[in-house]
Amino acid sequence: MALVKLSGTLRSAAGGLTELEIDAPNIHQLLLKLAEQHPKLKPVLDRGVSVAVDGEIYRDDRFRPLPAGSEVFILPRMAGG
Amino acid sequence: MPLDATIDPATHKFALVGTRPLRPDGIDKVTGRARFGADASAPGMLVGKILRSPHAHARIRAIDTSKAAKLPGVKAIVTRADFKEGDPGLRDVLHNVMARDKALYDGHAVAAVAATSAAVARKALKLIRVDYEILPHVTDVDEAMKPGAPVLHADMITANVEPAPKKASNIASRCEFGHGDPEIGFKQADLVIARSFKTEATHQGYIEPHACLASVGSDGQGELWVCTQGHYMVRNQCASLLGMDVSKLRVTASEIGGGFGGKTTVFIEPVALALSRKAGRPVKLVMSREEVFRASGPTSSASMDVKIGVTKDGRITAGTAEIRFQGGAFAGSPVEFGAMSAFACYDLEHVKTVGYDVVTNRPKQAAYRAPGAPMVAFAVESVLDELAKKIGMDPIELRLKNAAKEGTRSSYGPKYKRIGLIECLEAARRHPHYKAPLGPNQGRGIAAGFWFNFGGQTCVSLNVNVDGTVALAVGTPDIGGSRASMCLIAAEELGIGYEQVRAIVADTSSLGYNDISEGSRVTFSTGLAVIQAARDATAKLCARAAKTWGIAPDAVVWEKGYAKPASPNAGSFAPLSLADIAKTAGSTGGPIAGHCEVNAEGAGVSFAVHMTDAEVDRETGRVEIKRYTVVQDAGKAIHPSYVEGQYQGGAAQGIGWAINEEYVYGRDGRLQNPGFLDYRIPVASDLPMIDTVIVETPNPGHPYGVRGVGETSIVPPLAAVANAVSAAAGVRLSELPMAPPRVLAAIDAAASRRS
Amino acid sequence: MGEMMSKVKVSTTINGDPVEYLCDAEETLLDVLRDHLGLTGAKEGCGTGDCGACSVVVDGRVVCSCLVLGAEAEGRKVTTVEGLATGDRLHPLQQKFLEFAALQCGVCTPGFLVAAKALLDRNPDPTETEIRFGLAGNLCRCTGYDKIVRAVQAAAAEMRKG
Repeated sequence: MALVKLSGTLRSAAGGLTELEIDAPNIHQLLLKLAEQHPKLKPVLDRGVSVAVDGEIYRDDRFRPLPAGSEVFILPRMAGG
Repeated sequence: MPLDATIDPATHKFALVGTRPLRPDGIDKVTGRARFGADASAPGMLVGKILRSPHAHARIRAIDTSKAAKLPGVKAIVTRADFKEGDPGLRDVLHNVMARDKALYDGHAVAAVAATSAAVARKALKLIRVDYEILPHVTDVDEAMKPGAPVLHADMITANVEPAPKKASNIASRCEFGHGDPEIGFKQADLVIARSFKTEATHQGYIEPHACLASVGSDGQGELWVCTQGHYMVRNQCASLLGMDVSKLRVTASEIGGGFGGKTTVFIEPVALALSRKAGRPVKLVMSREEVFRASGPTSSASMDVKIGVTKDGRITAGTAEIRFQGGAFAGSPVEFGAMSAFACYDLEHVKTVGYDVVTNRPKQAAYRAPGAPMVAFAVESVLDELAKKIGMDPIELRLKNAAKEGTRSSYGPKYKRIGLIECLEAARRHPHYKAPLGPNQGRGIAAGFWFNFGGQTCVSLNVNVDGTVALAVGTPDIGGSRASMCLIAAEELGIGYEQVRAIVADTSSLGYNDISEGSRVTFSTGLAVIQAARDATAKLCARAAKTWGIAPDAVVWEKGYAKPASPNAGSFAPLSLADIAKTAGSTGGPIAGHCEVNAEGAGVSFAVHMTDAEVDRETGRVEIKRYTVVQDAGKAIHPSYVEGQYQGGAAQGIGWAINEEYVYGRDGRLQNPGFLDYRIPVASDLPMIDTVIVETPNPGHPYGVRGVGETSIVPPLAAVANAVSAAAGVRLSELPMAPPRVLAAIDAAASRRS
Repeated sequence: MGEMMSKVKVSTTINGDPVEYLCDAEETLLDVLRDHLGLTGAKEGCGTGDCGACSVVVDGRVVCSCLVLGAEAEGRKVTTVEGLATGDRLHPLQQKFLEFAALQCGVCTPGFLVAAKALLDRNPDPTETEIRFGLAGNLCRCTGYDKIVRAVQAAAAEMRKG
């Protein structure tokens, strides 16, 4: 079970929820379940996101395993100059 | 990264990493031989030129190219009709490359020609008739957000707002980050300061204008030579926009004359390809400097409100920021990164940042070095400076008291791994600059800054040659000396000399996909891929030695350039060098090559602290930078000279942003200063030497501890310079650039307040 | 173009070699060097004389070749970045630019080298301030000028030793 914390940006699309628990083996599954449970999040997730797992920000690696009890943040997809 | 940490970067003695050899592309670049974007030519080549809208906002009723087409020497003309709507993800890119129903900014491309000479192409542009219906325009971010402002896109409904607005506006989206409850935090404060700030749009200002040479045959196969930070991105986007197979478009990255984020998208490349396809001949298209300013991406301009509370003993109790970025005519300003990074240097219990991405009638912004962070750092670090003065605390002490460290929950959410902000602050406090006396009319400013850094898709090939030298192919264009760093890393891993490795930037058909050279990612991720490719090669070299010796492959180890039996039990054999094994490779199993394909992750955030002394001429308002010191965490500096170069270059760009540079728009919505004479970037006589301190707090996500260094260096200077100028002028400067009229007005206003 | 444009015939000396070319009356020396003579070391950064990337020396004076007509080179001596090294021997400025990492992207480097050589030719022992003002017509966006100034100082010292 991972604890997903939603930033203010995502809260409005998730009915004001600030965090929720999702059981997923990896980032890919977690994003699928998140979109399933909160369809309004889907367009945001589809635009591209980075996912922080226990402090490490993953931009691309969708099959990164989620350790039990990990803390997950959905962040904008990283870009730079 | 899933890489066995075989070394401890903090204590490991590197043979080559950390030394300063000459760069492999150096001779070409000091003799004029290096070939940049505009330096290529092809037999039968035509010259391409683009017609641009003179209006800030206009409906394009019709485009008549018939007269131009009849001009002898004109071989192809393209307009919006030649670019089909396709991938919705590239819609804005397409509409920026060539205007559709409306021209959205002064400089927006509306048509292009290819002709036998530049003179003919110029004449042809004058013969194209565009029927414009001029519309009201808006170029200021705050004006664009007002109800009743001219709306650019009839379908733009602000995203991330519930319930969704019913009416279209120029606000593309809202974002929000933070934790705790700032209202509670402000109640705990002894002093709360709230201030508003503005910064103007600035351009990356690379000296080489965008340039490319396109050649497409009637069989649909194409070649493109282009100066870009990401030739794979160019290939994929152009193929999509032109309906070509990705495999049929081969893109070669030229030497690149600066990018700083501005060459991370396509502008002229699809146009050159479309012209070439239509004309059946190669087409060279080069932007003029005026086109670079009017039609390639500057960064956002910003309007920001920041509020911070502190206790008397310097503990920050809460911070909030509302930031509004205009990103030109399309959504996508870096406001989210601005909102995330605003308070990222500090350990706050209560923090909230809200951002708005706003469109205006200006060129679509492009990434510019740590996109979004410098302006927001200007606002936050200015308020902190004022707070420190008011509570009588040393500004570095105030920052140290609140500095983020390992385990701190960042203002954007995740908890930090090992970071080096405290080390940077302490190094700054120890630096002689910090204690040096100031002259009359001088002030000292310090500021901290943060950037995320990231990894990305990376692919590297390393070929072992018959003579024991190594050919290294990477796919990330070298913007600042990265080939030297990659050679150092490969040689370090293989245990051979730096001169024995030659790195090239491969074309898109020779190597798998690579993300753009951006986000301070190259030394981190390409370096990581080079390490893995080298280890892949050494495993194969060991296997060949094992075969030669007739022992098991896992009984052989690679040490300092030699294959050796792993232990006396494995047998007694004289070590074989890389050259020994390479020489016989043809008869021991064929060529030896190492490869790596990876999603590089674990880039590790980085921090910097800048300090500067500014002198203000109270008669004219002119600012002179007298001294400048950069302290930044590099994790591990692979080639320290080029790390210093990144620090110094970021500081210089930030100084320009702080005191000189701005996009100036007239009431007609036209850019007033599209040239280096009126858009003044710092010259040698504007700057002092820029002292650097490389702090090395290893990044746990990289086997050598590397963190990206390219971007963080531009985050603190706006604030550091503003704090220094404010101290020297005796009045807080809250708008950039701090050009003489603005500084003088602030001094005069403060004087009249006092009298 | 419907009508034939008459070309100008020019005889000049470039990097010590006699050169003849035909150019349009409106073509700049920079266009001629780059497009007709294959000397692409000089770069067009602005086309308006503001960036110095196209710097060449004409009869001992540094000029922006984007502001000089090709026809004006008649009878003159032109030196470009391609003329700085002697065979495989780099000019001390070129060597010091490499050693001091005075270039990142390198697109401004040819202009800086040409301007720095002209500076040292007339002032072999310039102060830091003289170097900074002497090179103020050349824009570099990568380096912040620190390493460029140090490289010029080091080259000057070496050239004084002879």
